[in-house]
Amino acid sequence: MKKEDLPQDPSALVGVTREVCYVKDKDGKYTSDLSIGWDVKKQALDNAWEDINERITEAAAKVKSGEISPVFYFMEKKLMDLPLLSGYTGFWQWTIKRHFKPSVFKSLSQSRLQTYAKAFDISVDELKNFNG
Amino acid sequence: MDKLILPYNHIQTAHCENGVATGLLKHHGLDFMTEPLMFGLGSGIFYIHIPFLMVNGGPAVSYRSMPGWIFSRASKLLGIKVNRRKFNSEKEAYDYLNKQIQLGNPVGCQVGVYNLPYFPAEYRFHFNAHNLVVYGKENGSYLVSDPVMETVTTLTEEDMLKVRFAKGPLAPKGHVYYPENVKPVSKEQLQKAIYKAIHRSAFDMLSIPGPIAGVDGINYTARQIRKWRDKLGPRKAGLYLGQIVRMQEEIGTGGGGFRFLYGAFLEQASEITGNQKLLSLSDEFTKAGDLWRASAINMGRIFKGRLNEQKDFLECADMLDNIAAIERAAFKELRKIKM
Repeated sequence: MKKEDLPQDPSALVGVTREVCYVKDKDGKYTSDLSIGWDVKKQALDNAWEDINERITEAAAKVKSGEISPVFYFMEKKLMDLPLLSGYTGFWQWTIKRHFKPSVFKSLSQSRLQTYAKAFDISVDELKNFNG
Repeated sequence: MDKLILPYNHIQTAHCENGVATGLLKHHGLDFMTEPLMFGLGSGIFYIHIPFLMVNGGPAVSYRSMPGWIFSRASKLLGIKVNRRKFNSEKEAYDYLNKQIQLGNPVGCQVGVYNLPYFPAEYRFHFNAHNLVVYGKENGSYLVSDPVMETVTTLTEEDMLKVRFAKGPLAPKGHVYYPENVKPVSKEQLQKAIYKAIHRSAFDMLSIPGPIAGVDGINYTARQIRKWRDKLGPRKAGLYLGQIVRMQEEIGTGGGGFRFLYGAFLEQASEITGNQKLLSLSDEFTKAGDLWRASAINMGRIFKGRLNEQKDFLECADMLDNIAAIERAAFKELRKIKM
């Protein structure tokens, strides 16, 4: 890539940083330059977020209709999956899956709620009272 | 410890691990070190497509070698030892980092980016192989030189523990590292190291058995792409392509970026060794990098929803096969190169 072809498309980096890219200068030698972003990359990231937000909205609807517990919703919201949530809580994956059931969730002990709240970086009240 | 600022020069690089490694070696007196040289000496260039493994709901591809390997491999070639510590206890990890700062030793830390407050929100996924340098402490906050940032930044003690103890794949476990026993490197030693590193990259890209690693892995991805649309439906297949682009051009750098970095390395290697052949092969990697970017643009047309026919997917796959052919030929030449 030539230096003058380095894309400068505003992206999520704006106001935070610019990124270093290796490009060819006019003598055909490598040099580095800074870029504020590239549309193709921005679009890929935006698409990924669209997908994530869809999943979060779906999860919220399921909590509202009583199909699933807030643990599932916050797992999606915090971009986690079962292995990751298991890592943060120390609970087995199948235990967490059980906690997805609203009936089981209602009977969770304060200490387990506390563990989840800490993993999600929210308060126990927020976790308990989330209703979609 | 109220205020302790170690004399460390912040450098910004395309890739975090290169940046930390380059910065720390410069700090220890190896002024000649540059990011491309570090990347090349560490045999950072790679490709792998891991089947059955999903990352953020998409295919798991990587355009570079395992996190941590670049620094370790480059150091070994230069006769440097990298001292690495991981911890089970947060308290121990906290004390150890503070002690290193008090000893006047700027250190590299492996961290997760999800809780990194200065990162743009859109980039904060649960990715655990980010690297930064801690070079001091002031008003209870760590002074941080993060190589993907233009300037230095800070992290509170609480945030630092959070990112050092992020969980999940590649969990850092408080990982702290720094080079030890750094001695001046002679020109001859550096030349030898360059050839060794080039041969190792050629091995990684050409000779690892199985279809998923090295140049073969690029062909493997191409074969997968040809099947995606029928197997997953147009929408999901588009998202998968998006993931490939995202992995290719993540924050810092990616597929295209890494190829340019390797091109820059070969250019510098040619200057250091006087071998003109390396300079002409540098151009092949520039070509490969340009094609990676062209392929990202093409994939972009699909995940933006402008195109979504099977023939568009086939075209993407063909482009990857073309890239594989160029990289294969270049590494075959590199494999033959002699001192």
